Amino acid sequence: MSRVLDLLLPGARLLATLPVRGALTLAVWVALWTLAITRLDRVLDTLRGGAIDEWVALASLTGALLLVARAGRRSATGDPADDDAPGQWAMAWRVFRRHRTAMLGLALVGALALTALLTPYLAPFDPAEQGADIVATRFQSPSLQHPMGTDRFGRDVFSRVLYGGRVSLGIGGMAILIAITIGSLVGALAGYLRGWVDAASMRTVDLLLSFPRLVLLITIVALVEPSVLVITLVLGLTGWMGTSRLVRGEVLSLREREFVLAARALGFGTPRILLRHVLPNVATSIIVAATLGIGNTILVEASLSFLGLGVPPPAPSWGLMVAAGKDVMLDAPWIALFPGLAIVLTVVSFNLVGDGLRDALDPRTDRGVGVP
Amino acid sequence: MTAGPILRVRDLRVHFPAPGGQTARAVDGVSFDLSAGETLALVGESGCGKSMTALSLVRLVAEPPAVTLAGSSIRLRGEELVGAPARRLREVRGAEIGFVFQEPMTSLDPVHRVGRQVEEAIRAHETVSRAEATGRTLALLERVGLPDPARAARAYPHQLSGGMRQRALIAIAIACGPSILLADEPTTALDVTVQAQILDLLSSLQREENLAVLLISHDLAVVSSVADRVAVMYGGRIVEIGPTASVLTAPRHPYGEGLLGAVPTMYDDRALKMIPGRVPAATDWPSGCRFHPRCPYAWDRCRRDEPRLADGVRCWLAEEPGRRGETTGFAEVST
Repeated sequence: MSRVLDLLLPGARLLATLPVRGALTLAVWVALWTLAITRLDRVLDTLRGGAIDEWVALASLTGALLLVARAGRRSATGDPADDDAPGQWAMAWRVFRRHRTAMLGLALVGALALTALLTPYLAPFDPAEQGADIVATRFQSPSLQHPMGTDRFGRDVFSRVLYGGRVSLGIGGMAILIAITIGSLVGALAGYLRGWVDAASMRTVDLLLSFPRLVLLITIVALVEPSVLVITLVLGLTGWMGTSRLVRGEVLSLREREFVLAARALGFGTPRILLRHVLPNVATSIIVAATLGIGNTILVEASLSFLGLGVPPPAPSWGLMVAAGKDVMLDAPWIALFPGLAIVLTVVSFNLVGDGLRDALDPRTDRGVGVP
Repeated sequence: MTAGPILRVRDLRVHFPAPGGQTARAVDGVSFDLSAGETLALVGESGCGKSMTALSLVRLVAEPPAVTLAGSSIRLRGEELVGAPARRLREVRGAEIGFVFQEPMTSLDPVHRVGRQVEEAIRAHETVSRAEATGRTLALLERVGLPDPARAARAYPHQLSGGMRQRALIAIAIACGPSILLADEPTTALDVTVQAQILDLLSSLQREENLAVLLISHDLAVVSSVADRVAVMYGGRIVEIGPTASVLTAPRHPYGEGLLGAVPTMYDDRALKMIPGRVPAATDWPSGCRFHPRCPYAWDRCRRDEPRLADGVRCWLAEEPGRRGETTGFAEVST
């Protein structure tokens, strides 16, 4: 009986004992099914042969449903007691999940990511679709049909915000991945090898940091035709310096620790020591830096777009939409307001998660156990 | 046993450039032999070059800045290690010469499970399947006396006690079946009861594997219970070397005498004695005998000429034993 209930309505059994978790699980479950049923025509379209992003959306929808079902069942039956030796991640999670704002941030980030993945099913209109009669459909204030109104071309702002989120999150995520990879490698090599490698790379970092990033970006984008790929690469290639300094600093102290000497005494080579023993010990700082960096990268990307130097139109981008709306700010504030709110919400969510991660992962902060 | 020692060290000199254009002569002419099945202890105060000697045997001191001077020789079963390619040294480390360090708290990588670290040591030197490495890991952890090997393998270092961590480190050190074990203060950071267990483990492993052990310690009680021979180091040099019984009961070098006098004992009310001053910096060893500024017996010859290591002792008193009676020796600690 309870198994059937878990299968049909995961989280329902939790309502009595863990009302918040139960209600949340149930709400996500119902929302996902509502989406699947109301957009059944589009789902069927996908199955008959859809574009790649529609397949991604379908896979995400299925995956999300499975995850929620599993989460509901796990919470109801109690977590299996497989943890007689919790690793640092398990322990960090215990701290993290007691951190309310961080959990809120995580929920928001999860919702944003899911929204971005499901955009083809969520968006009521094509983001580039202009109304049949531009004069009649443009500058419409928010209504049931257009929850965030329409812009000067009669395009649905809500759909454009959704598609813009894909662009912003995608660029932000990929760029930070590039930046973190370069920064970690440069920092680890500089800190571990010291000598001229250290001097050369850190002076390069000093040099690059002495340019204001936005000016540097504007210069590069002026030389190279901007596209999503170019913007991602450029943001990644100009964003690694801070990480490399952070990693170098930590590696400088790690290399003096005895386990590094012990690793050398076992005959391990430098690449193995760096990749298996030094970098994993810096992983927590790198993850925190990456999470906080995503917010910043999204902001920079929005600034570039706002200046007209980002992703080229008609691709929907939050920064571009704010720029387009600023001229009609007084008459049609919704055009700039909603993408602006989206930027703020995204950046705040990532920063909340980043702060929570820092508290959970940094051994120097109090873990919330023992005496205050 | 075939003839000759496994490790033969001759005139090992490792110097560093120090600030101000000076040179720190940390290891300055050390020679000793180490044979299978024997334990040689290196004793002396901090700063006299014990650890540096052990580290430079497998080139674990970063070169540069450190330099192993020409004329130094480290032969492992006849193979010269000074000047050997770095690649060969990496093979030797772990596979032929294992290391046990002082700090069990920090010598294990905190982010990996203990079992994985043992496996990694095995797989770094031998081509074995993952399953075989896992099996050998469990066997090793059992062998070093961890009560629940499977559980210890799953644990992270911080979940084990100091003694258990030291056992895990010993398992890693012997994972590839080395013939020589360098143990740098292996028990210093442990509780006394645990110290005894670890020493017992080391000696039983030594017996089973016929290991040659170089034990570095400043704890003379530990040394007297496990070492076959003792080398006393001072100023980057060996000042006295010989069988444990004679060096630790009737030291011929005043420094050894001073060290023994400074060990408190429980059963007789012999007064504690002390060696005045402290070890000088490795950048400026005194002229003549390096110990003379702190030696109660020193006379002009000691200040002028440096004695050679002859018949296991580096001291002019060996030639002029009569002078020992002329002073009262080290001062007693006033209570």
